[in-house]
Amino acid sequence: MRVALFITCVNDTLFPGTGKAVVSLLRRLGCDVDFPAAQTCCGQMHVNTGYREEGVRLARHFTEVFAGYDAVVAPSGSCAAMVREQYPKLARPGSKGAAAIAEVVPKVYELSEFLLDVLKVDDVGAYFPHRVTYHPTCHSLRGLHLGDRPTRLLRNVRGLELVPLPGAEECCGFGGTFAVKNPAVSAAMGADKTRNILDTGAEVLCAADNSCLMHIGGTLSRQKTGVRTMHLAEILASTEENQ
Amino acid sequence: MSATFLGMPGNFPKNAAKAVQDSQLRYNLRKATHTIRGKRANVVGELPDWQELRAAGKAIKDHTLRNLDRYLVQLEAAVTRAGGTVHWARDAAEANAIVAGLVKATGETEVVKVKSMATQEIELNQALAAQGITAYETDLAELIVQLGDDFPSHILVPAIHRNRSEIREIFLEKMPKVPPNLTDDPPALAEAARLHLRERFLKSKVAISGANFMIAETGTLVVLESEGNGRMCLTLPETLISVVGIEKLLPSWRDLEVFLQLLPRSSTGERMNPYTSMWTGAVEGQDFHLVLLDNGRTDVLADEVGRQALRCIRCSACLNVCPVYERAGGHAYGSVYPGPIGAILTPQLRGMSSDLDASLPYASSLCGACYEVCPVAIDIPEVLVDLRAKAPHAAAERAGMKVAGWILNDHQRLARAQRAASRLRGLVPKRLPGPMSAWTDTRDIPEIPEESFRDWWERNERA
Repeated sequence: MRVALFITCVNDTLFPGTGKAVVSLLRRLGCDVDFPAAQTCCGQMHVNTGYREEGVRLARHFTEVFAGYDAVVAPSGSCAAMVREQYPKLARPGSKGAAAIAEVVPKVYELSEFLLDVLKVDDVGAYFPHRVTYHPTCHSLRGLHLGDRPTRLLRNVRGLELVPLPGAEECCGFGGTFAVKNPAVSAAMGADKTRNILDTGAEVLCAADNSCLMHIGGTLSRQKTGVRTMHLAEILASTEENQ
Repeated sequence: MSATFLGMPGNFPKNAAKAVQDSQLRYNLRKATHTIRGKRANVVGELPDWQELRAAGKAIKDHTLRNLDRYLVQLEAAVTRAGGTVHWARDAAEANAIVAGLVKATGETEVVKVKSMATQEIELNQALAAQGITAYETDLAELIVQLGDDFPSHILVPAIHRNRSEIREIFLEKMPKVPPNLTDDPPALAEAARLHLRERFLKSKVAISGANFMIAETGTLVVLESEGNGRMCLTLPETLISVVGIEKLLPSWRDLEVFLQLLPRSSTGERMNPYTSMWTGAVEGQDFHLVLLDNGRTDVLADEVGRQALRCIRCSACLNVCPVYERAGGHAYGSVYPGPIGAILTPQLRGMSSDLDASLPYASSLCGACYEVCPVAIDIPEVLVDLRAKAPHAAAERAGMKVAGWILNDHQRLARAQRAASRLRGLVPKRLPGPMSAWTDTRDIPEIPEESFRDWWERNERA
């Protein structure tokens, strides 16, 4: 199986550790992974902010880069949801673009989907002896309908104590450019989310989206709470040897 | 006279920033929306076929909207046959002139009103006042809003932003015969309102209503309500004028079955609403007029993506789950339609030429909770994104997004930008200037890594 990694522009630029974790995790599970160097961004920021033309250009680039792979794995619920939910709406029906999208889109998986649905693994052999709470992130939850996939994986991590997050299904307030266009509401939502996280007594907040974690983590850090944020891939990549 | 939304200054982010500071408001909103949210989830959970009902609601509405011209003519014929008079209003001015003319013809200077967001939308009360006619709201929450010289802030609970001690003060100040020892106990407040309204109903000869649904085949209008005030308004006065948006149509009596299940469950979290009133044409001794309101609706209908907003049955489920509405409150949306549905409906009905209306499509984090609960499956995030593509953009933002698009469209440019950011990482201040200060006011920025993923991959894999 030719597995292509779509690391996403935010991870590539700001959170390379997540990409490295995906590489080591998938190799540990026997996958032959490739990082197509020409990849850039799924176009979500442009489309969702109202710059459709730029977004369409980036979507076209994405379909060119990832054509020909058996599976494309992205460590981001949000970017995977962009490709799966929004790409089909970007091209004219019957056009060349629509055909390219129809070809690539069904092969795009968020990491936990790929692990459970394609590799059929729910115990990835990870070890992470910490108290963790999981925030499902809106696009993972309501866009991709990941359901309990991420928490099933976390429950099988040795040493990990998973504690439920109150109000887990509520948006953290990041929302891409929403965070800067509506800063007051975004900050208020972030404050409520961090309060819920602190109530769990968890040491680590985990999610499948670094952009949401950047917002929540930035709030936790500004409040000097000491709670760490970690991407799902990083926890799943942890083993006794690399602790 | 309740206040008017027209010409409301500011924009959503500014209005919301003020509302967020009001801890009482945030407490009231959180408590109310979470209570209704829970009730709704319970009664929806009881129905094993909720998703089928939802799909049926969507299909019926879509079919009606596709054939709206035909069904509207059918409705007009049926209402006329039943002794009513149908009036067509292209916009707010036409509708207001028709209603004012009808009231004047009766010789009355006071009217009672119930259940009509459409008349709020067209600012009917203000237009009537200009003609020397006083309109009295009779829905309890609308009454509180009107007496408080305030704006409605929720579709179902227009006074959701008020707590009971505020309501007590409004009643003491504005209701002529209210006892001075009135407490803020809900039954006492309700009793005061009841006595106040009872007198109005018995005195009034003209009533103005809206409608939840209109049935094309029979010409029947339907109102669902909780307090019984609607029924008083609909039956007691000699002249009844109903102002209804043209999208409120259903083809047949049978279709109502679906919506009588969808609406109460989605709005009040009840299996059935306490009062369902239906009337067809004019009853004996009563004069009935139906004003069919367009006011931008046919333009919305012409928009392939945006037209789904016309499926809305005004249940307010989307408001009650919206994290943005919960913090910003209804007034921030500057329209009688607040919350997620308002964010897509208002800019479509009014256009996006004002700052406020242009900011509404951005009044969402696109979390999708609204779409999930919508009983007629309006994909609100999809319409928001589509409207954002049509909204005016500030020149600086446009330039920034163009540059970002240019960099992101080529991996070598992206890699160069990443390396430049990495070299400058020591120089990034904790508090950023310009628009990015919106981020650093409340959050720390992530550290820029020494090496991007792609450079790491290149170094390790290609070496």
